[in-house]
Amino acid sequence: MSPQRKIRILIAKPGLDGHDRGAKIIARGFRDAGFEVIYTGLHQTPEQIVAAAVQEDVDAIGLSSLAGAHDYLFPRVIELLKEKGAEDIVVFGGGIVPEEDMPALTQAGVKAIFTPGTPIEEAVKWVRENIKPRK
Amino acid sequence: MFKEDQLKKVVQEKKKWTEDLSKILCETPERLPRFTTISDLEIKGLYTPEDIKDIDYSRDIGFPGVYPFIRGVQPSMYRGRLWTMRMFSGLGGPEETNKRFHYLLDHGETGLSIAFHYPTLMGYDSDSPNARGEIGKCGVAIDTLKDMEILFKGIPLNQVTTSMTINPPASILLAMYIVVAEKQGVGKKDIGGTIQNDMLKEFIAQKTFMLPPKPSLRIIVDTIEYCTKEVPRWNTISISGYHIREAGATAVQELAFTLADGIAYVEAAIERGLNVDDFAPRLSFFFDSHIDFFEEIAKFRAARTIWAKIMRERFMAKNPRSWMLRFHTQTAGCSLTAQQPYNNVVRTAYEALAAVLGGTQSLHTNSLDETYAIPTEEAAGIALRTQQILAEETGVVNTIDPLAGSYFVEALTRQIEEQAWEYIRKIDEMGGMVAAIERGYPQAEIAESAYKYQKQIDSGEKVIVGVNKYATEHPPITIWRMKPEIEERQLRRLREVKQTRNNQKVKELLNQIRIASKNGGNLMPHLINAAREYASIQEICDVWRDVFGRYSDPGYF
Repeated sequence: MSPQRKIRILIAKPGLDGHDRGAKIIARGFRDAGFEVIYTGLHQTPEQIVAAAVQEDVDAIGLSSLAGAHDYLFPRVIELLKEKGAEDIVVFGGGIVPEEDMPALTQAGVKAIFTPGTPIEEAVKWVRENIKPRK
Repeated sequence: MFKEDQLKKVVQEKKKWTEDLSKILCETPERLPRFTTISDLEIKGLYTPEDIKDIDYSRDIGFPGVYPFIRGVQPSMYRGRLWTMRMFSGLGGPEETNKRFHYLLDHGETGLSIAFHYPTLMGYDSDSPNARGEIGKCGVAIDTLKDMEILFKGIPLNQVTTSMTINPPASILLAMYIVVAEKQGVGKKDIGGTIQNDMLKEFIAQKTFMLPPKPSLRIIVDTIEYCTKEVPRWNTISISGYHIREAGATAVQELAFTLADGIAYVEAAIERGLNVDDFAPRLSFFFDSHIDFFEEIAKFRAARTIWAKIMRERFMAKNPRSWMLRFHTQTAGCSLTAQQPYNNVVRTAYEALAAVLGGTQSLHTNSLDETYAIPTEEAAGIALRTQQILAEETGVVNTIDPLAGSYFVEALTRQIEEQAWEYIRKIDEMGGMVAAIERGYPQAEIAESAYKYQKQIDSGEKVIVGVNKYATEHPPITIWRMKPEIEERQLRRLREVKQTRNNQKVKELLNQIRIASKNGGNLMPHLINAAREYASIQEICDVWRDVFGRYSDPGYF
């Protein structure tokens, strides 16, 4: 039996938001936790993010947003994943997301949102419990 | 500062005190193995004259308004004039932001500061596909001169100064501002304010970039050259450490990278053929005031002395105004917590106090709700009142640089200064800041510090009240939401402007910008002409993206 493949995660910054401190910290924290991490860099359109996710064959996408455009950008990524037949890629998010926006994002299919003050370990634990290598 | 025999006595007495203390500590040890600043500088339990024995008052500290300006850039500091209370504001469309400006001015604000929404910051119009979901969210939507006219309705531009946090399209927004003033009958010589216009720190930290570093620098130098002659009261650039710090840098890194950016701008302007004493007095700075009180005060004091030395010794500036580091401060957004948000009022007050004790010329205080959204009117009002209480009730403004001579503050100022010089030397060895950025050096240093700090939070070594200690539930607070009709109104107005303006003329003017971009020659007059005819920000930026190419994020982590 071959050892189980590592969990592959795409950390992505959708839209024009330039706040990448959190995305970089979580990318590094995930890498240190033993996941394979790909970071898109800033200013990615939902189309670019989905294309990267499919091409890199990731198990999950972590979207980071601190500029208020999450309510459009996060659901748009999920919509495009469905169009590409890649809806089994788990989408989660982090950043500045007001409590009252959570239900709509959950409804759209975002599996978790990590808000300011979340320890790295908490996000790592969530990934281990909720994301499995797809094959 | 002390006579030799005095010092000797202090050293002897300290030795005895240390021995006595260690006996006590055997029984009741100190609470922590290390006492450190938020930037992880280790702080001693006691500072004495011994720690500042090499400091010569006249040479190293001196007087306010006098080289090397540690004690402040003005001789009378706040006894003469208080700092400018300048609240960073921008929300929804120009109508909403104009209303906020009036509210703040009516409540005693003394200068304006514009926060633009992301599409404007990045050189896109509201009707761009890139603007989807972003309109008016993180600041005010500005597409054309029309929006700027609405933004400044009822605000005479010869009576207020305006700071604009804008970088790749800074020259375009300045052009629009000049035209708004012109339409009010106010000449270029009579307007005052600042454009951030600091692209180097965008590559390093804030990340609103558009063009590669070299053409970015060329456009910046165009604004410096133009304003030096035509808009003499304008601060052509606000060399910013704020975003570097917010991205996770330590205090020393913030200071060193900012001043290294400053060196690069001065070199670029001199290369253009400008005389250092003609433009240097209009360079301004912008720093973060983080939560570690004394570290910040020492940082501000060190900043002034380092810059004074750079300008006088390295660039041979003769005019004392060229030596002065004048700065705006913003309290640290990254120190605020979403948990127990009312605590943020207290954090901001301490940070504002540090900025004032550090001798700031201008101050923005964050609002308690900014970890959720753009502040509500009420929250912004409390933040402004925080400054007014500091200025008018606490008495800290009564004497200049009150912490000077403190063994600790002087020693820490010296320590931070030395460590910053170390970084500046390293960047010089790399060939200057542009070369360092291309190597990813400051970016990597900041990411490293940010990660290290996060680990210290996660382990509990560093405490954030309400987050990793004393965490309790708090009821939700009311936050600002953008009304969806603002987006529709913005798009409608842009359509109308494009229909009613002289499109033939706009086309010609855009072509002139293209020619000047390719052939050299100062862009500012062309930008002013295009702004006057309602050319949009994206139309001009598209020309630049076409001529100069784009910069994209290398994505280091």
